[in-house]
Amino acid sequence: MKMTGAQALIESLRGEGVEVIFGYPGGSLLPIYDVLYDTKDIRHILVRHEQGAAHAADGYARASGKVGVCMATSGPGATNLVTGIATAHMDSVPMVAITGQVPTFAIGKDAFQEADITGITMPITKHNYLLTDAKDIPRVLKEAFHIARSGRPGPVLIDFPRDVQQAELDFEYPETVDLPAYRPVLNGHPKMIQRAAAVLDAAERPLIYGGGGVNSSNAQAELLALAERADIPVTMTLMGKGGFPEDHELCLGMPGMHGTAYANYALHEADVIIAVGTRFDDRVTGKLDMFAQNAKFIHVDIDPAEIGKNVAPLVPIVGDVKRVIGELSKKAARTKHPEWLKTVANWKQQYPMGWKGDGLKPQLIIQEIHRATDGKAIIVTEVGQNQMWAAQWYPCRETRQFISSGGLGTMGYGFPAAIGAKVARPDRQVWDIAGDGSIQMNIQEMATAVHGKIAVKIAVLNNGYLGMVRQWQTLFFDNRLSHTDLAVGTPDFVKLVEAYGGVGLRVTEESQVRDAIDKAAAVDDRPCLIDFHISRDENVMPMVPAGGTVDDMLVD
Amino acid sequence: MKHTISVLVNNRPGVLARTASLFARRGFNIDSLAVSTTQDPDVSRMTIVVDGPDAVLEQISKQLYKLMDVIKVLDHQDEAVVNRELALIKVDADASVRGEIMQTVSIFRANIVDVADRTFIIEVTGSADKVDALAALLQKYGIKEMMRTGRIVLSRGPRTAQRNG
Repeated sequence: MKMTGAQALIESLRGEGVEVIFGYPGGSLLPIYDVLYDTKDIRHILVRHEQGAAHAADGYARASGKVGVCMATSGPGATNLVTGIATAHMDSVPMVAITGQVPTFAIGKDAFQEADITGITMPITKHNYLLTDAKDIPRVLKEAFHIARSGRPGPVLIDFPRDVQQAELDFEYPETVDLPAYRPVLNGHPKMIQRAAAVLDAAERPLIYGGGGVNSSNAQAELLALAERADIPVTMTLMGKGGFPEDHELCLGMPGMHGTAYANYALHEADVIIAVGTRFDDRVTGKLDMFAQNAKFIHVDIDPAEIGKNVAPLVPIVGDVKRVIGELSKKAARTKHPEWLKTVANWKQQYPMGWKGDGLKPQLIIQEIHRATDGKAIIVTEVGQNQMWAAQWYPCRETRQFISSGGLGTMGYGFPAAIGAKVARPDRQVWDIAGDGSIQMNIQEMATAVHGKIAVKIAVLNNGYLGMVRQWQTLFFDNRLSHTDLAVGTPDFVKLVEAYGGVGLRVTEESQVRDAIDKAAAVDDRPCLIDFHISRDENVMPMVPAGGTVDDMLVD
Repeated sequence: MKHTISVLVNNRPGVLARTASLFARRGFNIDSLAVSTTQDPDVSRMTIVVDGPDAVLEQISKQLYKLMDVIKVLDHQDEAVVNRELALIKVDADASVRGEIMQTVSIFRANIVDVADRTFIIEVTGSADKVDALAALLQKYGIKEMMRTGRIVLSRGPRTAQRNG
């Protein structure tokens, strides 16, 4: 069928089952937006800054497991996507970003709103394309979606010059992709799985250390089966949160810098660690050569390059986590480790999570949100103290329930990502746990949420500080609070949200917390923000200082 | 430890940039790099000399395979290869030393490819060691300019770096 490049793009998106595009128009996208004007079966959500589009597509992808799609014009539109693409790349999130580009004849001439976005995004995309011929559109779109969602997922960018959008082609959407150099290994090597089972059977103090790969491969059931069958305690990273039910007795919560003391002690004492869909990030390991020194590793990951990158495993297994753990859970012997579990239970008793002092405590607020939502809300976070408190105090039972910028640590991620998550899961309450610093980084998306009637809840844990940096200054820089006090100039969030047409509430006392949360829950046609004035100097504890070991852990 | 690797890639625009940028951002040092087309017009071949321990080499290879355009990575560490570099050396050569230089050049089976009043350009092909040795001997006459290519390598015998080999 004859059509223009712009029509072919939309037709290809239909072919991929795309339901929603987060985008912002501009000169180099005019032909595409003209086609969108008549498109009724794909929802377009108009953001207010392109960074918001990228994060919203990312939040949509993490909440749904589908590929998120964002779109921006050439030049500044495209460069505004960069932080969002890098965020998705670091956390292996499937995304397709479409950028307008100046016409092919103008490329390289420093034309108005020209930027070399394929060059710029080379190190932060799984792959990218510059379309130069309209007949390539169906193939490139097919490949882009395939690459984004298969293997280790990641963002793919397609740069789309304006003349290519207007050129004619004979459209036929391909059924399959032809990428001979790209064949992700999905099934683990049977011999390696056999070896892993043998190592596991001989273990006295085994531990599962799971990461984001458990969520992205939807391996929750398989992991649970393995843990229960072989009686292995489980610690899940920030990215893995929800991949193992946190109310399960084998669950130890999060490891690492702000992990539970008992998870960190378990890592230190374990004799066999099964690392599943995780990459031994420095926020988990601390000082790498001191990390889990008593353990042999079984490392399962779909990306061969992750195996051996930071830690040399005894048993390397390349493959999809769901398949490998599914196989391993059948091969591993049914065992019990009563002594080891008793040791772990003692640590839990000896070093429980908690907080001290008076005032409005952020930990209590998150606990209360957990209670009020019956533990079923989708929790999205910003980055900093808010993120760590959310991870520590909102236990999740479900996969894809906790959404956070782990690798890149992008402040301003949470609110637009929450918008994306809510679009993906309109049946769920979606809460963005925010700080007063982070929320101001993409506050303009309030207009997006009001305009799109997207009823996300925002809990601002307002301490008037860039809290996590303030905490480091307090602990490691003699409390010299260099440029971290945000109190002067922080807007009245209630008035601000109201100005946008949303609902704003303020909480200054513990007694008001639950009432405000319930009021927010009842708002179903617009965003609602609660400005919690928390005690200013609260720190996130426990804490293993950067590059430290479990022996350096601060408890309060 | 220096390793010589061959990388077969799709012959498409931007592939060299993708590969070079990967080395830069992962902190892998390239000693030399040569790129050309091959017998298959859809495939280009890079010969890259890198310095690093075996673990780093393994990581380089795995990271290269993550690029969509990389078809095959081959480390020539444990095999017999033919490896060649080519150098052009412009050397001071007035009448008093011409004979000496010509003798040296002939011993190295190199060629004088340009003769002027006071200079020669010498073309030498061979292993890095051979090129280094000739350059060292010519040093005393005064090397005015020198340019050398990256190393290129083929495995000896029937082994090839084919797409699916």
